[in-house]
Amino acid sequence: MIRHLVTRTDNFVREFGRLAIMFGKSIYWGVRKPFKLGYIFKQMEFIGVNSTAVVIITGTFTGMVLALQSYYGFRKFGAEGLVGATVALSMTRELGPVLTCLMVTGRAGSAMAAELGTMRVTEQIDALTVMALNPIKYLVTPRIIASFVMLPILTILSDFVGVFGGYVVGVKLLGINEGAFIDKMVKYVELGDIYNGLVKSAVFGIILSLVACYKGFYAQGGAKGVGKATTEAVVVSSVTILISDYILTSLMF
Amino acid sequence: MESKAIRIKDLHKSFGNQKVLDGINLDIENGKITVIIGKSGGGKTVLLKHLIGLIKPDSGEIWVEGRDITKLRERELNEIRRKYGMLFQEAALFDSMNVYDNVAFPIREHTKTPEKEIELIVEAKLERVGLAGFGGKMPSELSGGMRKRVGLARAMVLDPEVILFDEPTSALDPIISLTILDLIKETQTYLKKTYVVISHDILGMFRIADTVALLADGKIVETGTPDEVRRSGNDVTMEFLNATKIPGFSLGGKS
Repeated sequence: MIRHLVTRTDNFVREFGRLAIMFGKSIYWGVRKPFKLGYIFKQMEFIGVNSTAVVIITGTFTGMVLALQSYYGFRKFGAEGLVGATVALSMTRELGPVLTCLMVTGRAGSAMAAELGTMRVTEQIDALTVMALNPIKYLVTPRIIASFVMLPILTILSDFVGVFGGYVVGVKLLGINEGAFIDKMVKYVELGDIYNGLVKSAVFGIILSLVACYKGFYAQGGAKGVGKATTEAVVVSSVTILISDYILTSLMF
Repeated sequence: MESKAIRIKDLHKSFGNQKVLDGINLDIENGKITVIIGKSGGGKTVLLKHLIGLIKPDSGEIWVEGRDITKLRERELNEIRRKYGMLFQEAALFDSMNVYDNVAFPIREHTKTPEKEIELIVEAKLERVGLAGFGGKMPSELSGGMRKRVGLARAMVLDPEVILFDEPTSALDPIISLTILDLIKETQTYLKKTYVVISHDILGMFRIADTVALLADGKIVETGTPDEVRRSGNDVTMEFLNATKIPGFSLGGKS
């Protein structure tokens, strides 16, 4: 039992160390010329642009359901006017960044791990090394930079469509007074709430891309290994995002 | 020019408890085809990957151009790697790029050659491997043999001094194997570069080799020209050659 615990802890520390080294190397290669802008833009398109549909759908329905739920609660003491502020605060501070990053983890994080994993087991990563080209610079750095930049942008989109969804449900369907809905929202939501969410999403962007790249980069054992790496990438990034969400929120509260 | 392109001295490598390389000593001749044969899973690929710094040994030395590459830092190692090309077992083409971009990739990344010139070089290399006009195809649209030929074109594109081949004929039918072997021999005769080939395909390798080295139990047990190796009286060598089931292939000590 104790032996098992020691082995697990040892493995965890080792993996964490390798992850940290990979992050350090990706920053090092990111600031060294030549900058691989083409690779970064390609990843920005894949991680950001191609995720817009899923982020819009998730954000809109989250805002809509938030309006429904909070209306149910607030109606009990006649404070329906606060629905707008509640939806906007929940979206900008919490659900916008977290749900966006979880959706992107499922969509792009899994794809990153699978792609890098396949490149590893088919020796494409070795081929880069043999060509005297650093695989971290070509494969990992562009993905981390792209996620760091695109996740906050996707979060802004999610915040916007979430509030819009809340507005449609609250004002148009449930008949909340439009003036009260917007007035309370403007009164209670501060710019800091939005920044707070954006900082979180940038950090989550680094976490999801780093974990996905790490799992894929060190995949081994053929197709099975790639499958395992992909699953682990999604699970580990999602859990890490949720844990770091609490830590970041408590720090910035 | 030094006659030895690569000198391997007492190379050891273990993975866990498993000893894979147990004191390899081998000189690779400049401008010749050296073939390292041995059983599958006998450490041939591990040895080949040591030659280009993809794996670090537990102990031992590998001398290239007067430098022990096992002691080099990544940046210095990359200077050596730029003079190498490698054909991987499954060709390792980048599947996100078409054939043309795959072959052009090393030139674009390492030189400032104008695109017009790159086009000429790539076309010439593809023609040399018999794939002129295939530039627009994606690797997934090619057969195994064609992928290896593209891999060879990519390995040759920067005119490296040394080209390493990891099982160039594995998983190919006998006719395609023959085409690949002829291509290896033909390009080497034309380019006069150093080729190191690892394989378990004894017959195929004896067709192209200038020097044959037999790897068994983590050691090089035999080296020589194909004829010398066939005449060897060494038990391990004879056993390996007899596995071809061709009567008289192993001359077993007879001259």
